[in-house]
Amino acid sequence: MFRFILRRLLSGAVLLFLISTIAFSLLYIGGGDIARRILGQMATPETVVQKTEELGLNRPLYEQYFSWLTGAVQGDLGESWFTGQLVTEGITSRLAVTLSLVIGAIILIAVIAVILGVWAAIRGGWADKVVQAVSILGFAIPGFLIALGLVTLFALNLKWFKPTGYTAFADSPSGWAASVTLPIIALAIGGIAGVAQQVRGSVVDALRQDYVRTLRSRGLSFNRVVFKHVLRNAGGPALAVLAVQFVGLLGGAVIVEQIFAIPGLGQVSVQATTQGDIPMVMGLVVATAAIVVIVNLLIDLLQGWLNPKVRLS
Amino acid sequence: MIDLTPTVLAPALPRAARRSLFNRLLRNPVGLGTMLFLALLVLSAVFAPLLAPHDPNSSSIQDVLGGPADGHPLGFDSSGRDVFSRLIFAGRFSLAGAALALIIALVIGVTGGLIAGYYGKWFDSVSSWLTGLLMALPGIVVLLAARSVLGPSMWLSMMIFGVLLSPAFFRLVYASVTAVRNELYVDAARVAGLGDSRIIGKHILTVVRAPVIIQSAMVLGIAIAIQAGLDFLGLGDQSIPTWGTMLNDGFRQIYKEPMLILWPSAVIALTCVALTLLANAMRDELERSGKAKRRRRPPLRPADVNKTAAVFHAEDLSSSGRTGEVLLEVQDLAIGYDQPDGTVKTVVHDVSLTVRRGEVHGLIGESGSGKTQTAWSILRLLPDGGRVTGGSIFFEGSDLALASEKEMTKIRGKKIAYIPQEPMSNLDSAFTIGSQLVEPMRVCLGLSKKDATKRALELLARVGIPNPERTFAAYPHEVSGGMAQRVLIAGAVSCDPDLLIADEPTTALDVTVQAEVLDLLRELQSELNMGVVLVTHNFGVVADLCDRVSVMRDGRVIETGPVRAIFNEAKHPYTQSLLAAILEDGEARGDLDEGNSARAAATALTTPSISDTIGAQS
Repeated sequence: MFRFILRRLLSGAVLLFLISTIAFSLLYIGGGDIARRILGQMATPETVVQKTEELGLNRPLYEQYFSWLTGAVQGDLGESWFTGQLVTEGITSRLAVTLSLVIGAIILIAVIAVILGVWAAIRGGWADKVVQAVSILGFAIPGFLIALGLVTLFALNLKWFKPTGYTAFADSPSGWAASVTLPIIALAIGGIAGVAQQVRGSVVDALRQDYVRTLRSRGLSFNRVVFKHVLRNAGGPALAVLAVQFVGLLGGAVIVEQIFAIPGLGQVSVQATTQGDIPMVMGLVVATAAIVVIVNLLIDLLQGWLNPKVRLS
Repeated sequence: MIDLTPTVLAPALPRAARRSLFNRLLRNPVGLGTMLFLALLVLSAVFAPLLAPHDPNSSSIQDVLGGPADGHPLGFDSSGRDVFSRLIFAGRFSLAGAALALIIALVIGVTGGLIAGYYGKWFDSVSSWLTGLLMALPGIVVLLAARSVLGPSMWLSMMIFGVLLSPAFFRLVYASVTAVRNELYVDAARVAGLGDSRIIGKHILTVVRAPVIIQSAMVLGIAIAIQAGLDFLGLGDQSIPTWGTMLNDGFRQIYKEPMLILWPSAVIALTCVALTLLANAMRDELERSGKAKRRRRPPLRPADVNKTAAVFHAEDLSSSGRTGEVLLEVQDLAIGYDQPDGTVKTVVHDVSLTVRRGEVHGLIGESGSGKTQTAWSILRLLPDGGRVTGGSIFFEGSDLALASEKEMTKIRGKKIAYIPQEPMSNLDSAFTIGSQLVEPMRVCLGLSKKDATKRALELLARVGIPNPERTFAAYPHEVSGGMAQRVLIAGAVSCDPDLLIADEPTTALDVTVQAEVLDLLRELQSELNMGVVLVTHNFGVVADLCDRVSVMRDGRVIETGPVRAIFNEAKHPYTQSLLAAILEDGEARGDLDEGNSARAAATALTTPSISDTIGAQS
């Protein structure tokens, strides 16, 4: 088990290194053009040269990357070109907001998808058809359209929620809950569709396994076999889909935060992108990749716990 | 001649499926509807200049946010531009952008998948690393990063997104190619002298074509969605009309003019849903054609003996098991399976058999003869859709055919136990062997965890497992097949059953292990004085273990009686042909009075068995 974790950590570190290298070279390869873009077309060549030197963009690319990397290893991702704020600070101050959305959505997805998937697999017939049809719709309709629909219906027309804005949990837990409900639902619907399909499929597969009959032949009730044995075996494939969904949710949060005016990483990303704030963009890319790597590691550990056979591969 | 080989050996399915997939989709209502909608969409985009009543970019200040007016069915946007015209022109850019992403993804994914799958080795691991790299970041984050450097070009964004989507095709093609690469017909083509490129073109592309088309529909939907999302965020190219920029405009005006956001939303949602539904319809049609091709071959039959009445042999009172009380009395049992069209297909007809305490009753027949179905029906554990449609299964005075699931749960394990055929698949790989033994004992016998553990260890020792503690703590994949079968036997007898249903308990084992397991079964049977229903296709096993035997064929019992009588004077021509086929060597054809000769027959007969290749799984 220890070696399994170690191997995963190592490959995660390599992945992060590769991503940062590629991202850095692509983002910084513009050199002097970057300064020109920041200053606008009206800037004189002298100010462009000055800006280039000020930002250190005149140095060779590998040198710039090396100093970025040494900083990054020590937790320093540089500072924003526009606000002068530390990139790590800009990210960590918003991270909690986005993660609360994404984790909330993941929990909602896991719970509802398991209920729907198991129900469809065991009941079959019309229950199965309904879940399948709803899943197709939920999968097909882009999440931000669902978000727009939710805003229009529940915030603008029914006025159950405020359409935009965010209340910090520390300020008012109930206010926080009200402000994240719609965003979390909007994020979760697409994921529920995908994961429910997977749960249904793997429960159907697991139910066909020989050991189900054998365990029942020993006097265990159908429900007991389903909830103890079938679910555990179906959990592996479902978790794998959940991991993929998580990456999708991080992306979806960017748009959903914009719709609900929630001050999370999405807002920082859109702002940094439009401004061309490259240190901030670089920091966001690395932070996102790091989150994905950590989540994948957790999912792998969970897989190993669910089914010890996985640990071998 | 050489040229013929690959053509002859090429799989018929993909070729036929391709020719008719389009036709079949036309007959599928969902397929037809979505294809019509998408065709209209593409046509309106292509002929946008002819269809749109106004220039999509000409704005008039006095019409800003104006409602529907003459010649402007959907009104005006925040810049006073005609919404209807913009919607049609936006289709051009949105669809073209998505198509660009699809083409890039196809080119990279399909070629990469073909090369990696066909040549394997280092390319394989490099690509899977690259795929992992691409999967580690949400697409939108990569697009945002690219946008910060490259500026707001939709075409560039869509090209980058195409690269990000390529793993979808890569993995699909890679999986199909690795599966096909080792198929015999590809080997045959290679032997026939076909070059790699021709093999790829002729054999492998036919296999991956259909899944790639299905995936393409999904990918187009995703590309349309992400592009709209990007434009919605205001990060797109504002100079060209797209559904996303219209959405952005509508969202800004959502308080003033809520209808503005409705039209682009509806078009995006409908397009994405149509693409997904089309992909689903294609998959359904392909699966249906796959099923239709897989027709079952009718089993070979020497003569039509189907309707002949079963042969009953006289009781042989001297045989061992005939003295005990009657445990199980199956009468005129019929088993049916619900068919999709509402009818019921009967697979077992009028089966009757009696098992007394201490008696071993063999059920012999080839695959598909209904013997396993009969065994499962006694436990009432038939697969989905299967049920007892007639007759009765009397056990201890009550009819199991009518028992509720709750009553059956009480009977299973404690009264009637089951030993399966395939040891490995009958253990849950997620739990230790010990916990799978302990759990039923705690439920059925109400033992404490400690007592159940103690008893499990005793049982493991009893069935001949050398190191019970180690096996107890092991996971199923850590023990051999023979060990696993002993574990399953231990599990079956763990709650002291009266009747044991053994479904080909030795078929999946090595020949040397088979004899040991049979010995173990015989010992346990006499030790616990159980009645046994032993399903087998091996007359050697029958001779070795059984007191009585019923020969099954096509879901009916055709001959039944004491083992000695069947071996000595089989009446039914089918039984005779079975015995003749097995006892060809003549060595064991003699009298079976003595246990020794029966044992000799058993060992001699473990290898040959009734042809199992005919028909489907029973």
